[in-house]
Amino acid sequence: MSDAHATHEGGDELASLFRRESGRMTSALVRLFGPHNLPLAEDVVNDALCRALEVWKFSGVPENPAAWLMAAAKNRAIDVLRRERKARTIAPDVEYAIASDAALKPAVDEVFREEALRDEQLRMMFACCHARLPEEVQVALVLNLLSGFGVGEIAAAFLVSHAAMEKRLQRGKLALAESRGLLEVTPRVVAENLETVHSAIYLVFNEGYHGNHPAETVRAELCAEAIRLGTLLAESETTATPATQALLALMLLVAARLPGRVDANGELVPLDAQDRSRWNAELARRGREALEASARGDELTAWHVEAAIAFEHTTAASHAATPWGRIVSHYDTLLKMRPSPVVALSRAIAVGELEGPARALRELEAIAGRERLDHYPFYPAAIGEQLLRAGRRDEARASFGAALGMARSPSEKRFFERMITRCDGDGTRK
Amino acid sequence: MSEFVFLFRGGEKLPSPADMQANMQKWGAWMNDLKAKGHFKGGEPLEDGGKLVSGRKKAVTDGPFAEAKDLIGGFMLVTARDLAHATELSMGCPIYERDGAVEVRPVMTMPR
Repeated sequence: MSDAHATHEGGDELASLFRRESGRMTSALVRLFGPHNLPLAEDVVNDALCRALEVWKFSGVPENPAAWLMAAAKNRAIDVLRRERKARTIAPDVEYAIASDAALKPAVDEVFREEALRDEQLRMMFACCHARLPEEVQVALVLNLLSGFGVGEIAAAFLVSHAAMEKRLQRGKLALAESRGLLEVTPRVVAENLETVHSAIYLVFNEGYHGNHPAETVRAELCAEAIRLGTLLAESETTATPATQALLALMLLVAARLPGRVDANGELVPLDAQDRSRWNAELARRGREALEASARGDELTAWHVEAAIAFEHTTAASHAATPWGRIVSHYDTLLKMRPSPVVALSRAIAVGELEGPARALRELEAIAGRERLDHYPFYPAAIGEQLLRAGRRDEARASFGAALGMARSPSEKRFFERMITRCDGDGTRK
Repeated sequence: MSEFVFLFRGGEKLPSPADMQANMQKWGAWMNDLKAKGHFKGGEPLEDGGKLVSGRKKAVTDGPFAEAKDLIGGFMLVTARDLAHATELSMGCPIYERDGAVEVRPVMTMPR
C-alpha cells in the first residue's frame, strides 16, 4: 500500500506517515463513533498525533510508528467512549460495546484491525464521494479525511483561499454528519457510486500531475495518494471492477513518468526531451499488471482507453519509436466516448507526430469547442510547437507568447519562456 | 562543564499532520545533534493536565495552570560550558518556529 509512496519519496518508510495514518485512524473512528461524531473522531486523531509529536521528539521514532499511533488512538478512543457514554449517541451498531467496560476494548480493537481499516477507508471514500455533494467538495473531503491533508495544504493545491476551503470542507462535513451511519459498500452501492469515486480519485491525481501547487513534492504526494486510494479499491472484491483496474493502470502508467518530467533544476521537460531511464520501472510494471487485470469482461470505459494511451507512451523505447498510429486511434475512440477539446488537443499533437506539422495545425484549428481552451496555455503552446516545426518562427514566437500570458504557475511560465527562446535559436531544445 | 535545564514553553499548534511530522523530525535532528556532541543528559515531554497544590492550605486545583503560551511542554537537562554556551545550544530548537520559548536555567551546585 505504501510502496507507491516509497517510490516517490525515495523509499523512506516514514514519509507522510502522520498524514497517511491520520486518514486510516479517522476512518476507523468514524466507524466507531458514527459520522455524526466526526469532530470527536478528528479530536482523537489529533490527540494521537500530538502525543506522537511530543514523545517522539524526545525519545525518537519508535520501531513501528504506525502501530504506536494506532495504540495511542485506541486508548484515547476508550477514554472518550467511557466519558461520552451518557452524553452522546454513538454509532448504533457499536452501542453494545459501550454498555460495559469489558466490551470497550475488544470493540475498539475490532475497528482498528488491518482488514477492518481497509473496509472503513472504502466506506469513507464512498461517503466522501456521495453523488449529492459537488465534485469540488468530494475531492476536498477525500484529501482531508482520507489522506490527512490540512486545510491550508488543500487550499494551496487548488488555488483557493484558506477561508473558502474551510467553508467547503465544513459544508461537506455537515452533509456527512447528517447520515446516521456510513453506507456499507455493498454491490448496489458500488454500482451506483463507483463512477463518482473514480472521478474524485482521478481529480486528486490530476491535481498532482497538472496542478498548480508550486512544490513538485506536494504534487507527487497527491499522485501517490490517488494511487493509494485506487489500490484500496482494486484490493477489495466488490470495488475491483475492470474500470477500477483501468483507472489504477492509468495513474500508475502516468506516474511512472513523473521522475522524468522535471530536470535537475526543477524545470518542466516536454515528453520528447525526457530522459526515459529516469522513469519508474516498478510503477510501469504495476501499471501493466493493472491494465491486464482491467481487460476482463466486456466493459470498455474511458479509463481503459486513457490507460491504453498511457501504456503506449510509457513503454515506448524512445519518442520516435512511439506507436503514434495506435495512439491516434485510441484518441479517436476516446473522443467518441468522452468528447472534450482537451482530448482533441492531445489527439492533434499525436496526429502531428504521425503526419507532420501542417496536418497538426489544421487539426488544432478544427477542434470542436476550442473556445473552451481560451485560457488553456497548452493550446497556443501546441500551435507554437507545430509552427516552429514548420519553420514559421515569428508566428511560433507569438503563440508561445500567448501561452506565456496564460501560464498558471512559475514553472509553466519558465517553460514557455524557454520555448520563446527556442524560436530565436536553431529551433532545437537545450 | 555545568548543567542546565531547558524548559520548553508554548508553541503554536501545527495545522496539519504533515506539519506535525516535519516538526517532530526537526526536533529529532536537533536532539540527535545534542546527543552526538554529548550535551544531552535527559528530558521528557509533559502531559498538559495535572494538579496544582498551593499555599499554606495546600489547596488542590486542576490544571492546566497557565495560558497555552506559557505552558511547560517538556524539560531537558544539558551540559554546557557556561550560560552563554547553553543559550547558544538552545538556538537550534524548532520550538521558535512555532513562536514558543525555551527557558535556560543553570542548575545550582554546591561549592566543592
